[in-house]
Amino acid sequence: MSNTAIKVENLSKIYRLGEIGTGTISRDMERWFKTKVLKQEDPFLKIGETNDRAYKGSSDIVYSLRDINFEIQQGDAVGIIGRNGAGKSTLLKILSRVTTPSTGRINIKGRVASLLEVGTGFHPELTGRENIYLNGAILGMRKREIDRKLDEIIDFSGVERYIDTPVKRYSSGMYVRLAFAVAAHLESEILIVDEVLAVGDAEFQKKCLGKMGEVSKGEGRTVLFVSHNLASVSQLCITGVFLDNGVVHSVDSIEKIIHDYHWNKIAIKKNVYQLPFFISEKIILNNYKFTKINNEISVEINFKLSEKIPHFRVGFKIFNSAEKDLVRSLLTDFEPRAFVLGPGEFKISSSLDLGFLAEGQYKFALHFSIYGVKDFLIEDHFYENFEITRSLDFNIAYLMESTRADVITHNKWEIENF
Amino acid sequence: MNHNEALKEWDLVIEPQTSLFELNLKDVWRYRDLLWLLVKRDFVSFYKQTILGPLWFFIQPLFTTIIFTFIFGNLAGLSTDGLPQPLFYMAGITAWNYFADCLTKTSTVFRDNANIFGKVYFPRLIMPLSIVVSNLVRFGVQMLLFFVMIGYYLVQNEMSSLFQPNIYILLFPVLVLLMALLGLGLGLIITALTTKYRDLAFLITFGVQLMMYATTVIYPLSAAPEKYKWLIELNPMTGIIEAFRFGFLGQGEFTLHTFGYSVVFTLISLVLGVIIFNKTEKTFVDTV
Repeated sequence: MSNTAIKVENLSKIYRLGEIGTGTISRDMERWFKTKVLKQEDPFLKIGETNDRAYKGSSDIVYSLRDINFEIQQGDAVGIIGRNGAGKSTLLKILSRVTTPSTGRINIKGRVASLLEVGTGFHPELTGRENIYLNGAILGMRKREIDRKLDEIIDFSGVERYIDTPVKRYSSGMYVRLAFAVAAHLESEILIVDEVLAVGDAEFQKKCLGKMGEVSKGEGRTVLFVSHNLASVSQLCITGVFLDNGVVHSVDSIEKIIHDYHWNKIAIKKNVYQLPFFISEKIILNNYKFTKINNEISVEINFKLSEKIPHFRVGFKIFNSAEKDLVRSLLTDFEPRAFVLGPGEFKISSSLDLGFLAEGQYKFALHFSIYGVKDFLIEDHFYENFEITRSLDFNIAYLMESTRADVITHNKWEIENF
Repeated sequence: MNHNEALKEWDLVIEPQTSLFELNLKDVWRYRDLLWLLVKRDFVSFYKQTILGPLWFFIQPLFTTIIFTFIFGNLAGLSTDGLPQPLFYMAGITAWNYFADCLTKTSTVFRDNANIFGKVYFPRLIMPLSIVVSNLVRFGVQMLLFFVMIGYYLVQNEMSSLFQPNIYILLFPVLVLLMALLGLGLGLIITALTTKYRDLAFLITFGVQLMMYATTVIYPLSAAPEKYKWLIELNPMTGIIEAFRFGFLGQGEFTLHTFGYSVVFTLISLVLGVIIFNKTEKTFVDTV
């Protein structure tokens, strides 16, 4: 027998879209009758479709996961990545037994601790100490286990001074610290972590990432990690699972998977969104052109507004590989004449030298919004991936260094006694 | 490979809904520490930042008794089987409150804990069980008040010959268990159904109130009109409250068949409740 820790076989999960109300009792009865009494195949499984939120499906049943198969070895650190709605959270929910699969099976060896959220069950009126016990017990620890680790947990959290104060008086940072400290001390062979590190200060995030790395590398524990922060995924994980529309696209080393993920995103865009595109009833994107020469990008956007729209904003954003928006450039930011626009057809263009960005992969994405009303969130629809190369006058002695900073400025330094 | 075979090789097998009767009671036992911590949480958070603290446990039954004595005893002049009115009402209210609290709190357990249940696994049955135990603490405190009142009437010697505590007082633990399990069972059924059909949530709040009037809380069974007596006896709480009064105060109609009916009704609703709850907990996150 191999040392497989988690084995997922033909796992599927279906969801029914829309309101659950009218007619559900009769549909429930129909389904129950057909599957249990007549032993037929589940009538609602047949009409399922893949889960792509960009298409409007014809049926209100979707597969969140469809025939997932993969194995995870003991001691591996696995990153699960995919677009929003790819099924990552559903998979984690099933793995942590919050919900059950519709079909298929998962076999697990070892005790599982899952952290879909930090501080689940914290009660604001209770003190930090009382909450450690409560939260620990909710996560599956026995009382004497917590007794034994109490000092260590308090120490890790760094909130000793407030440990007998109700947690409602805590700052959000302290709250997260305490909650993560409890979770980090779970004794389990398998640790499942959702994007829980999005909160808390940078210093503590580093400490958590360190603790998780220790968990997977040091103690031979298996770690499953879901995050949109590709930087921390690549730092922590060895293996990657790429989910796409509810199916496993690929399982490979984490570097390969992150690469796949980037290329897959480009491919999706070309297929799905056709121009002209109705961003809303009143806003139509006719066309746009993105060009990049060396490190300078140029963009031209053609759009049509069918009526006068105050606070309408158009422009672009630049995201880094961890999906953080680094640069924003909107037409209205420095152009008071454009505060109220429309109706009519408009053609705007701009260019920007991105030489200040550190070398690496970036994403250029169009932005349309109405200030204070709506962000149309088309960053996932219309974007271009591009690469910034190191500028030629950059110190060549550092060629092999991978810069952690996103921005490298070219300001002049004065040196006395040169 | 079926579920049990797979379990020999693996520690945990996650599959779609298996048997209805797979209750996983072993898991419930493993998480017993959580149960106590939840009870402690309920108790501590109840009186944090209040001036009177745990005294609030007394205030509610005390005032209800005073109001009932005034309205039903003095204004409406309902019979109390010859017992002092406050004592009669206090007995009914204390017992009824325990059942009603168990029922109403359990009946919203999925909705109230949707957030926790959606984020972490533990045997869901722990939550309603902790509610029943927390309420037991409250009930215990209120029983003290009841005993104090009995003591007061004994000292004052105002008790007529009607006050005859008897051997049936030994049924007290059984009665408490019955009330707890009945409240739990009915509550589990309701909470499981409300995850899909919200209507029941509205029904429960005034349903419990109405049910109190169909129970012998404010009147003795002996005072019920013969025509409707069977209807009141159909209520499983009637048998329990009558037995409670009979044991402690010596008045009430305690018959084996009404009591037996309450026991059977309780067991059926408990089993049904646990099974429905167990089935719902697996997928309720998707429907709530």
